[in-house]
Amino acid sequence: MSSTLTGQRGKRMALAACLPVLFVLTWEVLGRFDLLIAGLIPMPSAVLRAWWVWIAGAGGLSLNPYSGTWGANLWFSLQRVGEGYLLAIVLGIPLGVFIGWSRLAAQVVDPSIQWLRPIPITAWLPFSIALFGINEFGAIFLITLGAFYPIVVNTTQGARDVDKNLVRAARMMGAGGWALLRRVILPAALPSVFTGLRIGLGIAWTAVIVAEMVAVKSGLGYVLWDAYYVGRMDVVIADMVSIGLMGYISDRLVVFVESRLLTWRRLQSY
Amino acid sequence: MSSSAIEIAGVTKVYPGDNPVTALENIDLSIADGEFAALLGPSGCGKSTLLNLLAGFETVTSGKLQVYGAPVTAPGPQRAVVFQEAALFPWLNVWENVVFGPKVQGLAPEKYEAKARETLKLVGLENFAKHLPVQLSGGMRQRVGIARVLVMEPTLLLMDEPFGALDAQTRLTMQQLLLDVWEGLKKTVVFVTHDIDEAILLADTIYVMSARPGRIATRIPVEVPRPRNLDTLTDVHFNEMKKRIMHEMRADQH
Repeated sequence: MSSTLTGQRGKRMALAACLPVLFVLTWEVLGRFDLLIAGLIPMPSAVLRAWWVWIAGAGGLSLNPYSGTWGANLWFSLQRVGEGYLLAIVLGIPLGVFIGWSRLAAQVVDPSIQWLRPIPITAWLPFSIALFGINEFGAIFLITLGAFYPIVVNTTQGARDVDKNLVRAARMMGAGGWALLRRVILPAALPSVFTGLRIGLGIAWTAVIVAEMVAVKSGLGYVLWDAYYVGRMDVVIADMVSIGLMGYISDRLVVFVESRLLTWRRLQSY
Repeated sequence: MSSSAIEIAGVTKVYPGDNPVTALENIDLSIADGEFAALLGPSGCGKSTLLNLLAGFETVTSGKLQVYGAPVTAPGPQRAVVFQEAALFPWLNVWENVVFGPKVQGLAPEKYEAKARETLKLVGLENFAKHLPVQLSGGMRQRVGIARVLVMEPTLLLMDEPFGALDAQTRLTMQQLLLDVWEGLKKTVVFVTHDIDEAILLADTIYVMSARPGRIATRIPVEVPRPRNLDTLTDVHFNEMKKRIMHEMRADQH
């Protein structure tokens, strides 16, 4: 039973891997036969080598900024995403529950959110730099703003769509105000909240890269642009893959938390 | 009149809008303490609306509606409701659903845990405390729906077609269960149904309602001796009652 399951899993992973493997192999072979535009698109093996140096090369006094600095830059980006995203959660979920539950709150707050939402976070860049200067806060502001919208909108949706009979049942049993919000509206809205959390996380990674390219002098986004300027396309590609990897891992983390909190939902779909 | 649990006089319920709908018109109803009353009628007769008014989910447009001498203004644990689809919290397990009421009312666990265990046993779910609602059958879910209100020791039990969504076999089991529970507690019950057999089997009094606008057409005392059980469904009294009610319902339609 479990061996067939692992067999199925292996098969699924093999199927999922065949396209990327084919892609990378073709790319490498084209490079070996000098069919890639020389100097512009490095071969995968060159990217891997540059990546390795970037991760494990000697740092410190070395003049090469792409030697041994991967971890530090990754940590800068991770920290910013973490802080901005947490702030967006702390603001977005309670506000969303509130808007979804209270008609008055919806009428007062919701229109403003809908008017501000179409302004892309990239359009906020000059404003953010003017306001915060070239530093941490500008980046965190953009990340929070970007992640906040999907979180608040999806939470609102979830809180608004709570089964009327569940609310009635709770009130009949004596739950009102705070207890109702915390024990009924929030858990009922949780599946929607997680949809917002996943979209928000994607936007948070977009925002951190944009902010680091323009508004701060460290992190994966900064290295991405900097490496491009000095013609280090191998580092650019290694950086892109690093960003993708981080985005993927952090999304899996959210999905893991979701599956732990929403066991009842998973069982429901069987 | 001193022992009346529910006093309804001249109650009208209109849903406003471009085409206002009169769900209930001039309802007079008096239900005694400890009475098992069934509201019987076709869909659209306002029987669920009447129950929602008693529960405090909706408010009357005009007229007087009192439960144990007090006007109903909001829902509360004294007027417990069993919903048609059970309306359990899907993220809580059976035990957590059953103790939800006492817990949100701020009672200390030692005040309700013994009672909750006893109630779970009463509805036959003592071995399912850790199950989630989604892991239960429809009948078991409704047992939880009943247990969670019994735990609150309400003065009035409002049941809105609680067995309407169940299959015939399960419905019979649940009716038997409710009979057993009720014989032990003798609480005032208002039970909404469109099933004549169910109304006769369970109730002391049947209020037959007619539709558009919702009115109480007749009050029929059920002269079938208690204790009753599923055999009651086939005895002579039962069939006479059924014949009479069907006759009255038909007469009402003309």
